[in-house]
Parts: sequence; structure tokens; C-alpha cells
Amino acid sequence: MLNKIWFWLLFIGIGYGFCKSAYREWFAPEPPAAAVAAEPATDEQATDEQAEDEQADPVRPFRDAGKNITEAAINAAEAAVALCLGLIGVMALWMGMLNIAQDSGMVDALASLLRPVMRWLFPDVPDGHPAQGAMLMNISANMLGLDNAATPFGLKAMQELQTLNPSEDTATNAMATFLAINTSSVTIIPIAIIALRSASGSTNPAEPVFGMILATAITTVVAIVAVKSLAKLPGYASTNPLKDGAAPPTQDSEEGGDA
Amino acid sequence: MLESLREVSETFSQWTIPLTMLLIICWGYAARVPMYESFITGAKEGFGVAVMIIPYLVAILFVIKVFIASGLFEDIRTVGVWCMTQVGLEEYAESLELLPLAMTRPLTGGGARGMLVEVFDTHGPDSFLGKTASLLMGTTETTFYIISVYFGAVGVKKIRHTLPACLIADIAGIFTAVVLGYILFGGT
Repeated sequence: MLNKIWFWLLFIGIGYGFCKSAYREWFAPEPPAAAVAAEPATDEQATDEQAEDEQADPVRPFRDAGKNITEAAINAAEAAVALCLGLIGVMALWMGMLNIAQDSGMVDALASLLRPVMRWLFPDVPDGHPAQGAMLMNISANMLGLDNAATPFGLKAMQELQTLNPSEDTATNAMATFLAINTSSVTIIPIAIIALRSASGSTNPAEPVFGMILATAITTVVAIVAVKSLAKLPGYASTNPLKDGAAPPTQDSEEGGDA
Repeated sequence: MLESLREVSETFSQWTIPLTMLLIICWGYAARVPMYESFITGAKEGFGVAVMIIPYLVAILFVIKVFIASGLFEDIRTVGVWCMTQVGLEEYAESLELLPLAMTRPLTGGGARGMLVEVFDTHGPDSFLGKTASLLMGTTETTFYIISVYFGAVGVKKIRHTLPACLIADIAGIFTAVVLGYILFGGT
């Protein structure tokens, strides 16, 4: 699935950029102002400069589009690595803290509070498994808008879920449910959006907060219903790595988690 | 009143992390955990994970950036506005201003933030569009980023129903945001 999407995103991206700019260059010469407006935000800087050079150098949408796409690809690759390098420190910090919390039994205590909910959401995850605690920490961090803390907990949760997975490269139902809840973005304090609004000079930055809580509650319910129903579809049910009722390797995984 | 609510929530969120840390170490102290060693063990693991996800992230981010750079989203909006004008739904065509934001959001968080600020700059953060865009930003997530990073960390490649489920959640988020936007903030 990801293979196909990857191919089509890249294919459509380059293909559409190619056709559009070729059309603009040879069939429909536009005034440069329109060309600038049509560019996405990230390239605005570059195209603005080109528009200023207009008088000396006639606009060449075809050439510029090629340049933009090349730049987008290279910049994105660099940004991805920079993002991961930036993540190392935060990851080390939070995984360290989480390890203390796990060793001291704090995560288990938290997990046992919400056990009925977790058991319903993730029937394949046995009670007291470290995955429960890590997922709980991730969801709580997400609710409070602590994105930096949420990612390490989420990755830890995925690793713990993987220890319950008899297959190496196929997702379990628990993983899918966890990610669906994650991307439905349960929020209580959308601090980043409030900050952006007040930075843009809003007179009442917190106004949409109530709507946001309501809306994310709705989407979370939709996500859970969707992921649970999709898991029952024959096409997806047949690929479930746990479908034969194979007992998850609980014992090994718990040793692995504590190590 | 809402201003003070914002103050409280901002202060609260500033203190969440330090207080969580305090709670963790106090609990650890009570349980007599060798904390320094325990922290190092976890931190090593974190380091490994952060390095391991690099190739996954490069693969997904570069494709997404190329796709956005092609300018397809802007053109879809133009076509959408034209279609709605043709069938006589001009008064709702305004919400199509949010279409590029809605379509960028599952792909990239940074790009969507840029588009949100652009909506704020063009229409004002307190306009109907500004408030609905805030809703939209809150109800959707950077789905592709999360999927590639989370599954990358464990090397899972066959993700089964994860993507459709997450996209359903995002589409539901977009619809909920726009509908709630019309209900709470009133269109046009």
C-alpha cells in the first residue's frame, strides 16, 4: 500500500509540475503576477525574486518549475535528517525518563487505572504489558499538546507492540488502532494553534478551543469506529498476523521490555 | 474570561513537563530504582530509534515536498470554486479557500502551519475562515509523517488498514471542522 502511494505521489508531483509548466510556457503565456500567485507558499521567495528580474529576463515557467521541484526534493531530504538529528536529544531524554517510570512501576499504576478502556481498544495486548503504559503516555502527551514528548512515547509503544507481533513486517490490529487514535489528534489544550493565532494578532486567540475539543472528540470516535470496522473486512482480516489465535509471545517480550 | 482561560492553559502547559519529571523521579525514589542507570538504558534506546527512522523520514518527506511543489492543490481549489459557482453555491465557495490547507495537512505539519498563517494573514485570525482554519488544524494530523515514522521505527512495511482508517479520521476531521465552523462562527 505504502509502495503504491509513494510511487503515485512522486509520479503525479513531477508529472503535474512538468505538464503545467510546459503548458504555461508554450501555450498560455501569463502575466508574471499570476504565476507568482499560483506558486505554493514555500517557493514564494524564489519566484518573487524571479518576478523582479522580469524585465531583463523573460519568464521561463518550464525551467523554473524544474528548478523548484529539484530544490523541493533536496531541501526535504536535508530537512528530514535535520529533524531526526534534532529528535535524538528529545528522544534520549524522554526514553530515559520513561524507563525510570517503568522501572519504578509508575506506568503500570497509570495503566491499571485505564485498563478497561485499553482492554476494549487493544484486545490483543495483554494486561500489564509495557505497550499499554507507553501508549497511555503517548495519548496523554498528545492530549496536552506536548508533541515533543508524544513522539518518543509513541515510538516506544510501537516497539512494545512489535514484540507482540508474530510477523516481522505486517501491522497488527493493535498498531492500526493506536495510529488511528494518534492521527485523530485528541486535544484538550491546542497550545500551538492558540500561539499561532495570537501571533497573527487575533483579539481572541482561544475562541475556537471549545469547537476544537468538540471536533476532535468527534473525529476520535470516527477513527475508532473506522479502524475497528475496517479490521473486520475480509481483505484485512485475512492478513492479520494474529488471526489463527496464535498466542502472542508475552513472556519473551516482557523480558525484552525490561532489559 | 477566555483570555484568562488562555493564560491558565498556557501556564499549565508550561509546567506539565517539569511536573511530570518531578513525579517520575519521586516515584522512582520511593521505589528505590537506580535512576541514573535506568535513565541511561532508556536514553540509549531512544538514540537508536532516532537514528533508525532517518531513511523512512527522508523517503516520505521528499516525495511529499515534490508533490506540493507541483502546485496541484492550488489548481484543484481554482477548479472547485469554478464548479461551485456554476451550480449556484457561491456562498459556500468561500470555504474552498481552506482546501489547500486541508490537503496539505495530512502530508506535512510545517507546510500546513505555513498555510494556516497565510489564511490568518489574508483573512484575519478572527474571521470565519481564520477560525475554521484553526479548527481544521486541530482536528487533523500529519498522518503520513506519523505512519512512516512510527512504522519505520519497528520496520513494519505491510500496514494493512492503518492508512484508510487514518485518512477516514482526517476526512471526518475536515468535515467536522467546516460544519462546526458554519454552526459556531457563521459563514459569510
